Amino acid sequence: MQHSREALLHAYRQMKVIREFEDRLHSEIQTGEIAGFTHLYAGQEAVAVGICDHLDDNDKIISTHRGHGHCLAKGVDVKGMMKEIYGKADGTCQGKGGSMHIADIDKGMLGANGIVGAGAPIAVGAAIACKLDGKGGVSIAFSGDGACNQGTTFEAMNLAAVVKAPAIFVFENNHYSEHTGPSYATATATDIAGRAEGFGIKAWRADGIDFFSVYDTMREVLDYVRAGNGPAAVEFDTERFYGHFEGDPQRYRGPGELDRIREERDAIKTFRERVTGASLLDAADLDAIDAEVATLIDESVDEARAAAPPDPADVIKNVYVTY
Amino acid sequence: MAQMMLREAIVQTLHEEMARDENVVVLGEDVVGGMGTPGGPEAIGGIWSTSTGLWGKFGDRVIDTPISESAIVGAAAGLALSGKRPVAEIMFADFIGVCLDQIWNQLAKFRYMFGGKTVCPAVIRMAYGAGLNAGPQHSQSAYSLLTAIPGIKVVMPTTPADAKGLLTSAIRGDDPVIFMEHKALYGVRGEVPEGDHLLPFGHARLVRAGEHATIVTCGFMVSFCEQAADMLAQEGIACDVIDLRTTSPIDEEAILDSVEATGRLVVVDESPPRCSLAADVAAMVCNKAFASLKAPPELVTPPHSPVPFARELERAYLPQPSVIADAVRKTLAYR
Ligand SMILES: Cc1ncc(C[n+]2csc(CCOP(=O)(O)OP(=O)(O)O)c2C)c(N)n1
Repeated sequence: MQHSREALLHAYRQMKVIREFEDRLHSEIQTGEIAGFTHLYAGQEAVAVGICDHLDDNDKIISTHRGHGHCLAKGVDVKGMMKEIYGKADGTCQGKGGSMHIADIDKGMLGANGIVGAGAPIAVGAAIACKLDGKGGVSIAFSGDGACNQGTTFEAMNLAAVVKAPAIFVFENNHYSEHTGPSYATATATDIAGRAEGFGIKAWRADGIDFFSVYDTMREVLDYVRAGNGPAAVEFDTERFYGHFEGDPQRYRGPGELDRIREERDAIKTFRERVTGASLLDAADLDAIDAEVATLIDESVDEARAAAPPDPADVIKNVYVTY
Repeated sequence: MAQMMLREAIVQTLHEEMARDENVVVLGEDVVGGMGTPGGPEAIGGIWSTSTGLWGKFGDRVIDTPISESAIVGAAAGLALSGKRPVAEIMFADFIGVCLDQIWNQLAKFRYMFGGKTVCPAVIRMAYGAGLNAGPQHSQSAYSLLTAIPGIKVVMPTTPADAKGLLTSAIRGDDPVIFMEHKALYGVRGEVPEGDHLLPFGHARLVRAGEHATIVTCGFMVSFCEQAADMLAQEGIACDVIDLRTTSPIDEEAILDSVEATGRLVVVDESPPRCSLAADVAAMVCNKAFASLKAPPELVTPPHSPVPFARELERAYLPQPSVIADAVRKTLAYR
């Protein structure tokens, strides 16, 4: 697949924003200013960006507890997200949701989700809405390798197949569900996407570290779904660079595992090598993006810190709509 | 007696009960921790560290499960119908939404709808409550919801000793029990009796005694009520603080005896206000001890909203000790 220079710069910038956002959160969390549970997405950037680069605001996604990357790739405002994670009044969700519940309906981002497996059926509903609207939209459910074991995921796949909804079930296999591995907890560990085939859903599998492999696979998947063939499933093999949540001592990892995946399975490094090796972009182009993104993230943290906290009286605001 | 944290009292009880009765089986997500990973089994001992070392000692009777709450509770029901005594863990009480049918229509109803011909000795443990800024889907106090279901018992320990006594009774008893542990109480320390320690259900604990007002509460709110009682004591107001320990069955006698003596009732409840434990206790008292009341009962609860994430909002959500103290003063000021 040929990419324009702009498209390559855009993809790199998106991945870099996610990485920098997460790396920064990882260090900011030590200050104690960020409350609650934070699950970082760093390492899985190529999946979110390789998928969302194909989508526009008319397409929907629904995310997981590890949602920052999906939100950013779908175009949710960086500063609004940072403020939300800091629990501030003008955060994306006014401080009501926090890290695990960021949403931006106008961007087609129907929410990160604290309940594992809850996303797939919601994505099917959104896919049915896309079909009824007739504007060619699709709906994507992101799930982890652990989430594929929830009944909701199976029910969602069956319903999507029955009604031929333009739903895409994306399984991000990062080899861990909390502290348990798929080889133990998932009966078809080496082939999660194969489960979808049991529902008559066409399935793809690809490397989730290489942006180009994700991007090209998604082009095929999206062509298939947008042509009206009904749902699809795709499994990406990927890595998470941090613990399940911030503060996780990761005793379940193998010796040297984190160094190894950071060395050999880093989406950002892989992308840089690919594009500079093929002389598509210069290192200087990429460095300029690095600098620009670093500034953006610095600003977002500074602004989030300085932002006003919510008014305690707003605790009951938005429980109901009153007419 | 040994000093330990509430979470350690739970681990100790599980060890003792599994050793005592080979029918006791523990199951849940990550209860072994590290299965199928390079770090291997027991890399962690459950996400709340409430199952540390069980797998190493009891092997196959400790079952690490996939993320499948319906399967966990359903399997616990099946185990219980087959002569075992399962203790299942549903990490966060919020996740009961995923497996509610198995709790509500299956576990809770077997004994009744099978004409009393079977028992269903399953214990479902879960962590509940706000205070950790865990947001709307990881902070709920589902006990009012669960207390509303006939056929299951709902147990909420507040001290390490109670955790041991109530969990032992839950495991040895023949009824399905929802055993709720407040996330903010896991680290609380206290004396725990050695060896067999059983507490009956439906017997409240009088946390402190006082003649001016009755504060009825449960779970994490007990400590907030104690703080409120401390504030009031400085003004010469003495309160009975009653920790229900179990909300189903509920100790009506302890509540009524106290209200009959004080004439004033404040119910403090961390679950949302509508159709809640607070409403239930207040209605029971109005119905059965109306003549003793010198003031309308005060209900102290969060607002009728989901649990918010931000620190300022969550603080405004949870009934703070000062609000509880105000409620007591209000009953005393009533004419
Ligand atoms: C219904 C439900 N059960 C359990 C949990 C606790 N939990 C949160 S994330 C997680 C693991 C998810 O693993 P996976 O789907 O592989 O996603 P990953 O964390 O690897 O991104 C678990 C068990 C939850 N949030 N919701």
